[in-house]
Amino acid sequence: MKILVCIKQVPQKDAPLKLNESGTWIREDVSYEVNEPDAYALEEALRQKEKHGGEVVVITSGPARSQQVLREALAKGADRAIHLEDNAFVGLDAFNTARVFAAAIKDEQFDLIFTGLQSDDYGYAQTGVVLAELLGWPHATIIMQIEKSDAGIRVKRELEAGFFQFVDMPLPAVLTIQSGINKLRYATLIGIKNAKNKPLRKVTLAEVQSAIGENLQKIERMYIPQKTKKTEFLEGSSSEIAKKLVDKLRNEVRVL
Amino acid sequence: MTDTILVVVEQREGKLNRVSWETIAAGQALAAETGWTLEAAIVGSVGDLAKEVAGKKVSKVYEIESPKLAPYTPDAFSVALKQFIESKQPKLVLMPHTYQVRDFVPKLATAMGRTVISDCIGYKKEGDKLVFTRQMLQGKFSADVSFTSDAPWFVTFQNGAFRGDKAEAGSAAAPVETVNVEIADNIVRNKPHEVFKEAKQAVDLTQAEIIVSVGRGIKEQKNIELAKQLAEALGGEISASRPICDAGWLPMDRQIGSSGQTVAPKLYLALGISGAIQHIVGMKGSRTVVAINKDSEAPIFEIADYAVVGNLFEVVPPLIEEVKKAKAGG
Ligand SMILES: Cc1cc2nc3c(=O)[nH]c(=O)nc-3n(C[C@@H](O)[C@H](O)[C@H](O)COP(=O)(O)OP(=O)(O)OC[C@H]3O[C@@H](n4cnc5c(N)ncnc54)[C@H](O)[C@@H]3O)c2cc1C
Ligand SMILES: Cc1cc2nc3c(=O)[nH]c(=O)nc-3n(C[C@H](O)[C@H](O)[C@H](O)COP(=O)(O)OP(=O)(O)OC[C@H]3O[C@@H](n4cnc5c(N)ncnc54)[C@H](O)[C@@H]3O)c2cc1C
Repeated sequence: MKILVCIKQVPQKDAPLKLNESGTWIREDVSYEVNEPDAYALEEALRQKEKHGGEVVVITSGPARSQQVLREALAKGADRAIHLEDNAFVGLDAFNTARVFAAAIKDEQFDLIFTGLQSDDYGYAQTGVVLAELLGWPHATIIMQIEKSDAGIRVKRELEAGFFQFVDMPLPAVLTIQSGINKLRYATLIGIKNAKNKPLRKVTLAEVQSAIGENLQKIERMYIPQKTKKTEFLEGSSSEIAKKLVDKLRNEVRVL
Repeated sequence: MTDTILVVVEQREGKLNRVSWETIAAGQALAAETGWTLEAAIVGSVGDLAKEVAGKKVSKVYEIESPKLAPYTPDAFSVALKQFIESKQPKLVLMPHTYQVRDFVPKLATAMGRTVISDCIGYKKEGDKLVFTRQMLQGKFSADVSFTSDAPWFVTFQNGAFRGDKAEAGSAAAPVETVNVEIADNIVRNKPHEVFKEAKQAVDLTQAEIIVSVGRGIKEQKNIELAKQLAEALGGEISASRPICDAGWLPMDRQIGSSGQTVAPKLYLALGISGAIQHIVGMKGSRTVVAINKDSEAPIFEIADYAVVGNLFEVVPPLIEEVKKAKAGG
């Protein structure tokens, strides 16, 4: 099976974030990491390849810094990478992001495309499904298991509140992958070394420009949400805090 | 284009998904503010669900029908709603941000050359413009987002963003109209099987009065022990955020949140949990929330009654001792 995995670079979970000057996004001088579900999507693609053979290709769109997520994927075992490299790509909405991906892979024939179920920063939860529609492929979302079948694949969808559902579907298809579908591997030293020689194709903005339309939505402003609940902050040394909290639990919450 | 707001309600296993009432409430508020007409639609309706919706203050309820709409598939839902929306031309289409809607609405909007502002928590009317508020960066920020494209505009609302019990009843039942849609034979490609629940749950956390819940701030599997000791001292149960259960550090049936259990104990003590919305929906009904987190900006503090900004590994050990003392009558 030939599988494409979309991997987005997002601000690190613990990174302190500040608004940018125009107040529409964050300042970019933070540490970045792989979007969490995308790491699971890559792992799943590598496992499918180990079982059925084929190729794993990874793709990202973003500025030079985002090459890091491709390097990590190559070190873990992906065969090659595609980098849509330009600052402008991050300003695209999910619709346009999917359009540039479709344009970048138009000469390839994938059996499966994996995306994460949503990004940890923007979190639209749309890019994979939009891409499927643009390609005219079937899709399934929030996937927790993938088995090859005679007619295509059988996937396990997570539903709300602990429910699941199996779905049979033909290939090619797009799947959006949920965190926890598998156990992640670490890159090995030899993997990191080999990654340096693996092909990484760069795609410029000019090459896919014709696929990009106007953004269909706009961020007017971004801000720190107002607190609605009255929260009492307990301060002091650890033992003082422990005493204060137990006092609250006993006299106000009345559970002790 | 008519000045209409269309709410697409959701049914699951023959029942109306309760979150639909929240979307109706959102639609009613928007209708009051814009003066637009509010209508509702139910896709592949069964039984009296449309009548139930017609009892609310809406102008009309449509049942969109085709034998191909059951069981749910994104292909059939998308084609059915596209036909319907193209014929009725509503300006604004509202849906709850459920797993099912996430599965088909980006496809539907793309097929119509439109976009979805997804997972919104509110809206504002600024002059003639509607902007929709959504959380960014896991709730650390909010943003107001507007449409730059033509209608129909698709918006999905986060679970809990509006109060379902605030959905107003109508003075008389709204008319119900059945609309049959054509879905060709080759449209539906996925073959879904029955919905099922994984192994029976061994623990029922819904009855627990005190819950100590651990998140990724616990760092390592062996540290779970510390949280267990606190739970034991308090006489409560232990639970966790999803990543802890994904890692196998605690069993799945101890996961709290949208894909786990929903609990409402007297005390919910969150250790090293950031407070992502998918976690919050599972515990926001708790009477008292205590959060211990080293990040003063963690969204969990938004809903905490008592907050400790600090390292849980420093705070929890003396806390266990104090609880024990208190229990011993100290
Ligand atoms: C008007 C507007 C302005 C924006 N401005 C900025 C900005 O200035 N800076 C900024 O950083 N972001 C900005 N964004 C965010 C934008 O780049 C989104 O990341 C993009 O629209 C994809 O949506 P999402 O992240 O919500 O993806 P989702 O739909 O939630 O992502 C699902 C999956 O799609 C895949 N995916 C999505 N994006 C990528 C990618 N770039 N590379 C590889 N895989 C991907 C991943 O597998 C991911 O798990 C803006 C968005 C809009 C609408
Ligand atoms: C469709 C879907 C369904 C989901 N369902 C669920 C669900 O049912 N339940 C659920 O929980 N999640 C669910 N999630 C995942 C959710 O989005 C979050 O990723 C998850 O809740 C984060 O878990 P966390 O708070 O433990 O980890 P993180 O977000 O990584 O937070 C860890 C926190 O620990 C703090 N910390 C670190 N070290 C310390 C220390 N020493 N002392 C004190 N604090 C410390 C950090 O400041 C941080 O706030 C779902 C996601 C999706 C997309």
